[in-house]
Amino acid sequence: MISTHDISGPYAHQKTSIRRTMALVMVALLPATLFNLWVFGWPAINLLVLTLAASLATEAGCLALAGKRLPLFLGDGSVVLTGWLLAMSLPPWAPWWIAVLGGVVSVALGKHVFGGLGQNVFNPAMVGRVALLISFPLPMTMYVAPRPLFGAGSPGFVEGLSITFGGWDYDALSAASTLGHVKTELARGVALDQAMGGTDLMALAMGTVPGSMGETSAVLLLLGGLFLIARRVISWHIPVSMLGALFALATLMHWVDPARFPGGLYHLVTGAAVLGAFFIATDLVTSPVTPPGQLVYGAGIGILTYVIRTWAGFPEGIAFAVLLMNAMTPLIDRWVRPRVYGRTLRGEPLPPRRKA
Amino acid sequence: MKLFRIRGGIHPEYRKEMTAGKAIEPLPMPALLHLPLQQHIGAPAVPVVAAGDRVRKGQLLARARGEISAPVHASTSGRVVDILPFAAPHPSGLPQPTILLEPDGLDEWTDLPPPLDPFAAPREEIARRVAECGVVGMGGGTFPSAVKLDLGRKFPIDVLVINGAECEPYLTCDDRLMRERTAEVVDGVRIMARALGVERIVIAIEKNKPEALAAMTAESAAFAEIAVVPLPTRYPMGSERHLVTALTGRETPARKLTADIGVVVHNIATARAVHHAVRLGRPLISRVVTVSGRAVREQKNLDVPLGTLVSQLIEFCGGLAEPPVHYLSGGPMMGQAMPGREVPVVKGTSGILALTAAEAHERDTMPCIRCGGCVTACPCGLVPVEMAQMIRHEKLDAAARIGLLDCLNCGSCAYVCPAHIPLVQYFNYGKGRLAALQRDRRKQEMTKRLAEQRAERVERLDRERKAKLAAAKKAAAEKQEGGA
Amino acid sequence: MLIAIGSLTLLGALLGAVLGVAARYLHVEGNPIEAEVEALLPGSQCGQCGFAGCKPAAAALVKGEAPPTLCPPGGRAVAMAIAEKLGVSVSFGDQEELEPEVAFVNEDLCIGCTRCLKECSTDAIVGAAKQIHTVIAEVCHACGKCAKVCPTDCIEMRAVPATLATWHWKKPRVKVAS
Repeated sequence: MISTHDISGPYAHQKTSIRRTMALVMVALLPATLFNLWVFGWPAINLLVLTLAASLATEAGCLALAGKRLPLFLGDGSVVLTGWLLAMSLPPWAPWWIAVLGGVVSVALGKHVFGGLGQNVFNPAMVGRVALLISFPLPMTMYVAPRPLFGAGSPGFVEGLSITFGGWDYDALSAASTLGHVKTELARGVALDQAMGGTDLMALAMGTVPGSMGETSAVLLLLGGLFLIARRVISWHIPVSMLGALFALATLMHWVDPARFPGGLYHLVTGAAVLGAFFIATDLVTSPVTPPGQLVYGAGIGILTYVIRTWAGFPEGIAFAVLLMNAMTPLIDRWVRPRVYGRTLRGEPLPPRRKA
Repeated sequence: MKLFRIRGGIHPEYRKEMTAGKAIEPLPMPALLHLPLQQHIGAPAVPVVAAGDRVRKGQLLARARGEISAPVHASTSGRVVDILPFAAPHPSGLPQPTILLEPDGLDEWTDLPPPLDPFAAPREEIARRVAECGVVGMGGGTFPSAVKLDLGRKFPIDVLVINGAECEPYLTCDDRLMRERTAEVVDGVRIMARALGVERIVIAIEKNKPEALAAMTAESAAFAEIAVVPLPTRYPMGSERHLVTALTGRETPARKLTADIGVVVHNIATARAVHHAVRLGRPLISRVVTVSGRAVREQKNLDVPLGTLVSQLIEFCGGLAEPPVHYLSGGPMMGQAMPGREVPVVKGTSGILALTAAEAHERDTMPCIRCGGCVTACPCGLVPVEMAQMIRHEKLDAAARIGLLDCLNCGSCAYVCPAHIPLVQYFNYGKGRLAALQRDRRKQEMTKRLAEQRAERVERLDRERKAKLAAAKKAAAEKQEGGA
Repeated sequence: MLIAIGSLTLLGALLGAVLGVAARYLHVEGNPIEAEVEALLPGSQCGQCGFAGCKPAAAALVKGEAPPTLCPPGGRAVAMAIAEKLGVSVSFGDQEELEPEVAFVNEDLCIGCTRCLKECSTDAIVGAAKQIHTVIAEVCHACGKCAKVCPTDCIEMRAVPATLATWHWKKPRVKVAS
């Protein structure tokens, strides 16, 4: 029995928990994940399993070092989600050591260095991805064309293991992601319409294109995102402001010079835009807590993503944009607050009502 | 009627079905009543009876002291046994002066003041009568009602809002009053409007009480000045300031009263008490209490003589079905934990809840994952997560700067927190600590002043003594010289 | 090469000159903060901090030789004010708070010697020779000087009991699962 003397109200609580919140996010991720595992076959399944295993092992090790209760924290679901999102952001046929190293870096450096659950400044999965991308640019940009499981050209289970643990022939099998392809062509001086020749927005939306393990299916990811908003796990502010800013900026630049800049819709369905907007930028721990702050944060990610995609060296910029805005989160939380009831935006009491 | 948007809020599990269908039952008179001298906000009442006195029902036991105070009356006839410190229905369980009254079973009324015709008598007369009868805000606020009925003289009031939202889970006492004592409530409402001198009355009731809405609408159809408004069911719709905003679109400035924006809010049970005071001259000596929670065998709505011990209510409800984790006075959101069952029912006790562990759903605190759920839920636009963090690090002034004192303790944030962080307790601690520091500072200033005064005095006395000594010396020397 | 050396030398000389001038013109005499800290202390010269009075205590505080929590009668409020003034952090350690106390005269033992009266710096004790003394609780600031001089040890320091008006919720004992 809990002594009444040291607990104040409320004495009713929603039947909610961190574990439940994390579980809902996983449910939302499931359709896109299953679809992409099907699209990319056994090597992708290996990748997901390895990343999850590495993340969980690292978490267990860090918790043990910190002397925290293992079952409670391993079971909160946050580390599974980190590993999952990391795997979704890796090339589907990435070798085993990418998965393992990514998991270790994400969980140890991205999360536990800061003090564990809730304390990290940067999105752990993105810390892992960016560390890998900068350290090992080649395996991190080697994508494959879709080879649906059990279909022609899809590696079998044993072949999948040999791809994951032994590598594969980049020259023969690799296929460029749309963002990468268009960027390279544009850099070579090819006109946009030619560079984008054969780019099928529909296929991009469905996800039957080369790309990272879990980012390609814009439609299924959107579905999952809407589910999260409906269940109030995330609010609409970050996805809408991020995709809105990205779309608006792309549309504007396309209007300025249609020969050099692809349009807004292209930016929304390519790369990790949707995955980023609903699942990565919305990471609870590293995003602002107030709705107006979330709007600022989301718009910042959208703008930075566009800038990196268009003018920087990397074809995709979501991970960098998210990390940069993560760093801004404490500042945003400090400066952007909701208006307090009975006060003006600046915190002064409202002026007295004029006599009627 | 158009309603205005208010931000935040939650949809808790209401659990009103346990008692919503239970008609008000009178509780038999217990063998001993415990009437605390302070059942209201303000100065405690001063006893006018002594141990051994025989009193009759409704007789004054303790008079109000000062402007913000309320008298206490005998709930029945009997003998005053003693006046002694007794556990208050308050989480601290600290004792407070309490009159012990032993009923004689005769329930014999004293000579009550004559009925008042509210629409003929002068307006101030109504407030005076309400003060005399010890009526306080019965929604749990317990602010002396007469003071609020007098606000019309200080502020230009144009709307009287009657708060029938009853947004706290479990509680159904106002619901039952509106259904069973409709005429008394509506009459009380009209009397209050007359005392305030307002032309417009809004009775606001949440939509989850359709029977009460229907009854009140029918009863007030005859009075053009009364509008009965259905409210969306959302907690904390019944918070005075938010209710006013939802109904009128006016927002009470921080650290001001709703009267500053021309609105006064009263509770349903208060309206009925005003009816009794004015029409019958009866003081406030009993109230309707919802006894609920799954730890109680039979949940009920009871008409309880003030001063009855909580244990007697629970016994009348068939005792306990299982051991509760909390005994609460009021609802689960803003109600207060009681130190046990041996505390009296007072004027502000709207409910007695005995909650099981499953109902309270308390869990170990996990680290904050910054989900922002508390920010979304806060009806005041605060950032609870940040305030709690500051208070945890004793940065009380910083917490106050971002709105700690604007928090109304509704508990929405703590209700939704997935990490089960006791946010409200942080705020309670922060507010209490700030008040204590304020007291310390005042005492410190006084100490300083007194120490300085004393130092000055000691110095002055010293100087005077020396001067006297010097003068005496001088005189002696002169005398010697003169003698020589 | 020569230009680089020359320009850097010039820059150094110029900035040095500016610093020199500034040091002369903006020179501050003494340490005014000592007086400001002294103003924050109760001023009852009770000596519980181990210094001879509030002035030496303030001097020690400014030099960093004493913690901001040195003043027992001042309690938390004073400690926090001092810490803020000096820009240092204040830690109250494990003690949840310095429990407020008040002097209490045991009337059975008081012989009416008036020694405590003379000692009290806030005139919180009333009484006269051969009369039993009593403490006005609201004015007592618990410096304990009276208890020290009492020849019969009849004065003791008691914790001020909480009342409904002063009680408040304790800080949650953070049971953050770990």
